[in-house]
Amino acid sequence: MLIAGALMTLPLLAVFAILAGRRDFSHGVVYAGCFVASAALLAGGLQYLGGHSGAPSAVLPLGLPWIKAHFRIDNLTALFLLIINLSAAAASAFAVGYGGHLPQRRRVTPFYPIFLLAMNLVLLADDAFTFLVAWECMSLASWLMVVSDHKDAENRRAGTVYVIMAVFGTFCLLPCFGLLAGPGGDYTFDAMRLRELGSLGGFLVALLAILGTGSKAGLVPLHAWLPLAHPAAPSHVSALMSGVMTKVALYGMIRILLDLHGELSWHWGAALMLAGGVTAVLGVLYAVLQDDLKKLLAYSTVENIGVAIIGLGLAIAFKGDGQKELAALALVASLYHMANHSVFKTLLFLGSGAVIAATGHRSLGALGGLLNRMPWTGAAFLVGAAAIASLPPLNGFVSEWLILQSLFKGPSMPHWAMKFGVPVVGAFLALAAALAATCFVRAYGIAFLGRPRSDAAAEACDVSFGMRASMAALAVACVVMGVIPVTVTDALTHVVRPLTGIDLAVSADLGWPWLSPVSATRGAYSATILVMFGLSLFAVAIFVVHRLGTQATRRADPWDCGHPEDIPESQYTGPSFAQPLRRAFGHTIFQARESVTMPEPGDTAPAKHTVSMIDPIWQGLYVPLGKAVDWIADHVNKLQYLTVRGYLLMMFGTLVFMLLVVAVRQQL
Amino acid sequence: MNAILWQAVQILLVVALAPLVTGYVRWVKARLQGRRGAAPWQPYRDLYRLLQKEAVIAHSASWIFRAAPYVTFASVWLAACIVPTFTTNMVLAPAADLIALVALLAVGRFWTALAGMDVGTSFGGLGASREMLIASLAEPAMLMITFSLSLVSGTTAPAKIVAFVLAGNVGIEVSLGLALAAMVMVAIAENGRIPIDNPATHLELTMVHEAMVLEYSGRHLAMVEAAAMVRLTLYIALIATLFAPWGIAQPGAGAIGALLGLAAFLAKTFVLGSVLALFETSIAKMRVFRYADFLGGALLLGLLATIFLYVSEAV
Repeated sequence: MLIAGALMTLPLLAVFAILAGRRDFSHGVVYAGCFVASAALLAGGLQYLGGHSGAPSAVLPLGLPWIKAHFRIDNLTALFLLIINLSAAAASAFAVGYGGHLPQRRRVTPFYPIFLLAMNLVLLADDAFTFLVAWECMSLASWLMVVSDHKDAENRRAGTVYVIMAVFGTFCLLPCFGLLAGPGGDYTFDAMRLRELGSLGGFLVALLAILGTGSKAGLVPLHAWLPLAHPAAPSHVSALMSGVMTKVALYGMIRILLDLHGELSWHWGAALMLAGGVTAVLGVLYAVLQDDLKKLLAYSTVENIGVAIIGLGLAIAFKGDGQKELAALALVASLYHMANHSVFKTLLFLGSGAVIAATGHRSLGALGGLLNRMPWTGAAFLVGAAAIASLPPLNGFVSEWLILQSLFKGPSMPHWAMKFGVPVVGAFLALAAALAATCFVRAYGIAFLGRPRSDAAAEACDVSFGMRASMAALAVACVVMGVIPVTVTDALTHVVRPLTGIDLAVSADLGWPWLSPVSATRGAYSATILVMFGLSLFAVAIFVVHRLGTQATRRADPWDCGHPEDIPESQYTGPSFAQPLRRAFGHTIFQARESVTMPEPGDTAPAKHTVSMIDPIWQGLYVPLGKAVDWIADHVNKLQYLTVRGYLLMMFGTLVFMLLVVAVRQQL
Repeated sequence: MNAILWQAVQILLVVALAPLVTGYVRWVKARLQGRRGAAPWQPYRDLYRLLQKEAVIAHSASWIFRAAPYVTFASVWLAACIVPTFTTNMVLAPAADLIALVALLAVGRFWTALAGMDVGTSFGGLGASREMLIASLAEPAMLMITFSLSLVSGTTAPAKIVAFVLAGNVGIEVSLGLALAAMVMVAIAENGRIPIDNPATHLELTMVHEAMVLEYSGRHLAMVEAAAMVRLTLYIALIATLFAPWGIAQPGAGAIGALLGLAAFLAKTFVLGSVLALFETSIAKMRVFRYADFLGGALLLGLLATIFLYVSEAV
């Protein structure tokens, strides 16, 4: 009831936004309405999570008359309702103060509620038709918001790439569901679960599902649109696209691979795991070299999707191998990471929105010293950065710990590919986690610490109360989900039970605050205990130092080894911070080359240091693909200018060919 | 009950011993270089002297600059309290396994690097950038070592690994040798020792850790120095515990066992400290851009250590 009411409110808000868009107050009203609706959906998800009494379902006479629209809330749906609407509520609350001041606000506000509605409907859909319609609405609504600032050529390009990739994703999902439904054409998920897929059918369904949902989630090499489109939208929409829409895509992947698809062999798990590992490392390597704060966050999304997919792939591999307990553990880890990423990525994107609102800049090179000017935003962003760098006791570390623990069990599978593959993926994951820490030290240190690099940054003021409150709420969520991990994993085991067929004990022998999955001898982690212990050591350290020593403090100019420079340009910048990493990793992967142009002695021209890099996936995959499409188009174009005789001949030829096909088929 | 007592002893031991270990390494180094050197207990005097001085803070510094020394020290101290040194019978030992230990050290590094960038000087950024490069390779190497140890012993908890090895379940394995080599390389890098960094230099473009903490003074500098000392002790204890656990008291060993464990731990610490001093004296510092090769080597050794387990199984 709560959920239905909230969903019905959203289209009404969209209509209101169109009608009253000229009035300034209307934007605040619409976003406040979205906040209330998201909060209601959040409550609805909470209500159904862990329900044992079967999944409530409904059939509505919508859509095609002979199919109707089926909806159902099982534990998986309830969990994703929680994940999505927590971030959506925070982003909507942020947008109350943010969305009304955007120059292109009237091209954003009406589509925002539609976007929320579509994402929720994807989760609730219980037949392929409803799922795909909602999926397409989600793509279109977000596309419209990506191109809302269409005067910028870069945004137009982002929109074009995005729409092409979205079409590609649906193009894969359509036959995927077609194969799942089979010749009978029953598109309800219930019928699909019961159908036996042949070996070829099973293969194609898995491949198409991974391509279709993976392109939306940002799996390398299908990620190309993501770092273009996510930053192009206004920040509260970027937060939803990066933090939430990618989770809807992963929901689709889990739903098809683990629920609808009957038996998936471990090979798919191994392939997904490897793809996830490559995605994680490449994503973070791109991220660490970005100078645009929002692009950096978008690439970091690619990394985190990779991490979640490593867990998912492991779960599939374990399940295909019959090790249900480890499959459940890996799936819990993966879902935990999805929930975490949704929270901290939304927080970081909202933080970047606050920075843009305060300074008008999103390039790291124009920021600096914002922590002193924007203490609230700075503190919230710090929590998000530490969480995404997977530092204890925050939430990012718990999911990384769980994924590593399940990876460490991976070699127990009796396949040589897994015995050797798992350590390699483990190294990828560890590398990605360490580079993520570097990436966010760099982003935070340059944007929020140091001295301001532009006048706008020097005069920035913290944002309004509502925006700060929504960021603070997400920061608190990061801490809570990190400090009481067992409560979260307990909830996740309800979700995992129907998918893996086992009840996982996440705190096996030690009891509540100890996270010790599978068996206590595997090693345990207790954030609760560590926090209490660490805080007391922290307090003791401060007490002893202040007791033994002096408390005298003096403010002075920076020392900087005796020759302080007054110009803020002397500080490290984004590219200079990334230089060691660019040399270590970028030389082969990105073909990074540095060159110095030194003028002749006596010449007063400035010396120049330039760095050139290429995007290997764009250059290696998409550019040739685009050229191939152009070439085909050029050649097929001739068909447009044939004579009447030519067309008649073509029709005749086609007819003969078709008759031949029919004749041959009848003979066989 | 004993578990609580031994935990309390451990908490005090690591902090009390850390300056002595650092002082001892410096003293041995000085003797090897033909100098008389300061007494091994000089670091205690240094720390006390720093505590008496006023702290000078740059105008542009934020609260992160003031909080970072305490956060770093507390996180390193916390990590050191969990590594078994003389007994595995500690009440808080299960709170963090090796993965969590690596992450706790990452917390300290994260804050130190941020503090380095906080004032907005070029040296601070330089140090932070290089420190994070080192960490980006050393941390995964450490996790791969954990991976191979967990494959050998079936657990990631240091106390359980010790119990497993002491029960005589492990013979001499190629993997363990590779893991030990990788571990030593990581320990050198993480503690900023030669050939990666030189703890004795200042005002050189090659410095890493010292460049980050250049702006610190007074009690803040004391905390930063103390954190570095505890970190060195922690890594020495970690190598001693994981690769030479003999002598460590198991649960139920009683007070005599604990005392023996303490004696064994002190002996191991000073042997490893002497080896470190000898190693540092006999090798030259590396160029900054060679770090990636050195630590990439450590990462590959860690990976090989896991893969060799199957090769040796199959042979």
